[in-house]
Amino acid sequence: MAINWFKYAAPATFYGLAGKLIPWLAVTSAILFAIGLYIGFAVAPVDAQQGEFYRIIFIHVPASILSMFLYMIMAGYAALGLIFNTRLSAMMASAIAPTGALFAFISLWTGALWGKPMWGVWWLWDARMTSELILLFLYLGFIALHASIDDPRRADRASALLAIVGSVNVPIIYFSVKWWNTLHQGSTIKFTGSSMHIAMQQAMFTMMAACWLYAMAVVFARVRTIILERERNTTWIGELSEVKQ
Amino acid sequence: MKPRQKRFMFIAVALAGVGLAVGLVLYSLRGNVNLYFTPTQVFNKEAPVGKSFRIGGLVEMGSIKRDQGGLTVNFVITDTVKSLPVVYTGILPDLFKEGKGVVARGTMEEGGLMRAEEVLAKHDENYMPPEALDAMNKAQAAKSVAASAPIAVPVVK
Repeated sequence: MAINWFKYAAPATFYGLAGKLIPWLAVTSAILFAIGLYIGFAVAPVDAQQGEFYRIIFIHVPASILSMFLYMIMAGYAALGLIFNTRLSAMMASAIAPTGALFAFISLWTGALWGKPMWGVWWLWDARMTSELILLFLYLGFIALHASIDDPRRADRASALLAIVGSVNVPIIYFSVKWWNTLHQGSTIKFTGSSMHIAMQQAMFTMMAACWLYAMAVVFARVRTIILERERNTTWIGELSEVKQ
Repeated sequence: MKPRQKRFMFIAVALAGVGLAVGLVLYSLRGNVNLYFTPTQVFNKEAPVGKSFRIGGLVEMGSIKRDQGGLTVNFVITDTVKSLPVVYTGILPDLFKEGKGVVARGTMEEGGLMRAEEVLAKHDENYMPPEALDAMNKAQAAKSVAASAPIAVPVVK
């Protein structure tokens, strides 16, 4: 039995698949958000040094990790689109960018809110914070560059290059606390285990899963509108029940 | 080579080139990217003289001395090898404690004292409830007692 791996690489088939997945992703995400916030605020104990302030990690850490992961996925799709000239890849890349930018912004914003009471400053130009700010600018640059070129296929190619070149920044963000001395602390979650209380971990990983599912649901919804807009002259879109009426 | 293999090669080579360039730039700028100097670096005269710079390390145990009725605080920053005295007037962040991380910005005065304009607390990556911290401190105290016991025994004899 031969599996057709490329079946869902076609916008026409992916449009339907994404439409079916969105409700499941959204509902699971909402449930996980509720569980994660409950564990985070009601079950997890206070931190010995930071008191209640540490609870910002339940949103700060998932948002930061997602902002980096989503960038790599976006750059991956951009590269696929550039190499194979597939239509859906470029649409996925431009669908991911706004969500990635949102997470990068949340990461910086919550970090500043935590930094003032804990460190004593809202912002400092240390390597971790500066490189995360550059990540936000890369997302915004990607969106702006794509929007500034009228021909969508040319816009895809130009912004794909920006996305690929910018991916150099992601390992710099991750390793910045190791390579240089920074005000930002080192990674709590490492490949070798984490230095964190178990209930805090459960809350953080639940929130992380919730953020992942939220990101997938929103990206799929956005890519569906991009497909509709870009393929509006094709026959399959004319035959869709939601378009026909 | 097919066109798509050509495009793949182009992207791979471009990415490697950009990565190398950024790597070299960051390597040559590593002194500027680092947020602070350690006390050892200051003693090795790597820190700028007569200019404001940041120094980072741990607040030495038992070194915090507060002025009566004032906001002036004296403490010592250490990297466990070298230590530097710091004087600061102002409000300290909540996490500023003995044995914890600290980053101070200021200028060096004659006699190796740093007059700080800004003192920031640096948090570590460990998160635990107060009970766990207590248990850990007790275990550590027990361990250090056990470690010192063999030395104490010959004295008793």
